[in-house]
Amino acid sequence: MKVVLEKLTKRFPNRNKKIKTEVVAVDNFTFEIPDGTLVGLLGPSGCGKSTTLNLISGLEKPTEGKVYFGDTDVSDMAPEDRGVGLVFQNYALYPHLTVKQNIMFPLQNFKGDKKLTKEVMNDKVLEAAKLVQIDMLMDRKPNELSGGQQQRVAIARALVKQPKVLLLDEPLSNLDARLRLQTREEIRRIQRETKVTTIFVTHDQEEAMSISDIIVVMKDGVVHQIGKPQNVYDDPTNLFVAKFLGTPPINVFKGKVKNHMIFIGNSAVLEAKDIKDQDVYVGIRPEGFIPDDNGSLELKLKGLEVMGRDTTIVSTHEACENVEIRSIVSAETKIIPEMEMVRFNVKPMKTFLFDIESGERIYFGRQEKIV
Amino acid sequence: MKKNFKGWLYLLPAIIFLSIFMIYPLIDVLIYSFEEGYNFASQTHKGVGLYNYSYVLHDTYFLQALKNTFILVIITVPLSTGTALLIAMALSSIKKLRELFQTVFFLPYVTNTLAVGLVFMILFKKTAYSDGMINLLINFFGGESVDFIDGPYWAKMLVLCIYTVWIVMPFKILILTGALASVKDDYYKAAKIDSTPRWRVFTRITLPMISPMIFYLVITGFIGAFKAYSDAVALFGTDLNAAQMNTIVGYIYDMLYGNSGGYPSYASAAALILFCIVLTITCINLMVSKKSVVKGV
Repeated sequence: MKVVLEKLTKRFPNRNKKIKTEVVAVDNFTFEIPDGTLVGLLGPSGCGKSTTLNLISGLEKPTEGKVYFGDTDVSDMAPEDRGVGLVFQNYALYPHLTVKQNIMFPLQNFKGDKKLTKEVMNDKVLEAAKLVQIDMLMDRKPNELSGGQQQRVAIARALVKQPKVLLLDEPLSNLDARLRLQTREEIRRIQRETKVTTIFVTHDQEEAMSISDIIVVMKDGVVHQIGKPQNVYDDPTNLFVAKFLGTPPINVFKGKVKNHMIFIGNSAVLEAKDIKDQDVYVGIRPEGFIPDDNGSLELKLKGLEVMGRDTTIVSTHEACENVEIRSIVSAETKIIPEMEMVRFNVKPMKTFLFDIESGERIYFGRQEKIV
Repeated sequence: MKKNFKGWLYLLPAIIFLSIFMIYPLIDVLIYSFEEGYNFASQTHKGVGLYNYSYVLHDTYFLQALKNTFILVIITVPLSTGTALLIAMALSSIKKLRELFQTVFFLPYVTNTLAVGLVFMILFKKTAYSDGMINLLINFFGGESVDFIDGPYWAKMLVLCIYTVWIVMPFKILILTGALASVKDDYYKAAKIDSTPRWRVFTRITLPMISPMIFYLVITGFIGAFKAYSDAVALFGTDLNAAQMNTIVGYIYDMLYGNSGGYPSYASAAALILFCIVLTITCINLMVSKKSVVKGV
């Protein structure tokens, strides 16, 4: 089932009643989610991603705009009629019911023609439990399960009624780091197997990048960029998106364009034809540095982090906006910690220019808009 | 022992206090109840045995009190808890005027029992000269006036039950409103997404989640109703035996100080019988609650 959001807007009255202005949680969100894709809504906390999820589930009503499931307008439909499965951040498993009863709960609500027999219900529950691999824990209570297992039960409960859309609200934030890696692969696998259109919310860019077919980067209710994770990473539309994606984060310098050259401090690092003279932000991805003794950019060396596979060079520069510059180079690079300065050339495709006022991307050289 | 010396020292004030004012009198009551023909003035008794118990259990006044107390318990505890739950649910579902209603429902709790009794007497009265509001209502619907305060047994019991329900309900509403508020909203949202009918949400989610509080109220409700006394006095005056409205505690009091007073042995025996009843009922309650109360909510 494809999901279409059309000019979706949600405004809340300000919590402080004295302030008359409304809070815009989601602003004019238009997007068509193709059938069977896994979409990650990504953004810092308070950016409106959970509200978007609630608008799709029906728990919140949109102030303006429409939501379609397939060709059906569901904007005014109550959540119970929409046929969505929702996994809550804290799972919301009923503590007094066993795993089996929890998963069966949605099935027992079917009425009329849809009503199921005991055997069919049992089969469906077992099928869902097997899918998330908890079929051996059926008689446990939620408080006898680990966080990861509870998460699986919650997913099984959401899937058992075969929803049109599966929604996950911060599905991994309550898990520890190791489990998080494991579970996100699980979510990917389950989504592939069931082919259900899935939308999940996260503030962790790595999480979103690693499993999503499409990511939606949001901030302050506004959608900044939508696209395949790699494309968004390679071609951010503005400074916020560039900064938000990637670990270690992008290195941002205050620079300028003069005589068709990009300057960081006094060093001209790259050529930028057709760009008029102006102040700019220069963002360079950590992997965009090429160590070169005759390189154009000179940085003050602070330390080395040897990872084995590659090496992170930590350095500083007075024009840099970050506390320190991190550049990832191959492990064979000959740099010794006693050196005071290191010199780099930079890769043009890993270097982005942004307008100093608006933060919008300025394309230069051979760069083209992908997304 | 030496290690725990400090601990015992800290406990000492409470232990001394409890020993003097709880444990010693309890043992004393137990002894009294077995001393036959005890004379309060001379502090002497004729023998030791079960005669006091036998006397109390054959006393028609005690049997009447026992019957009254049981009726009161069986009617008022479920009724007050159920009604309180309904009101608490209603309170939780409204937003406007919620605080006002909460205050209104809590008012009986802070009002003096005897003052409320007086109000009830006026409401339910029937004298040669004037009827109370309830009787006026009955007349309005074409019924005959009933003397609720000094009339037939069922009428008096009805007033006592209504009165008791009314006086114990505020506390229960307070506790249950709190319990309902503590149920996380996510459970209801999850149920809504799964299109759970309202009745099922109530029986399968709300009720289990607040069951510890309900059982707490039922257990304390039982204990409280078994110890009822002042409510009956507030409505029917101190001569409860004559009004056929005595309770077990009332009987104990009468045996000690009432018109027929001066029989501490009979009073002690009755008190111990009451203690056994309450203990048994509470144990049953706890056993039932262990099976059905949800833990770890």
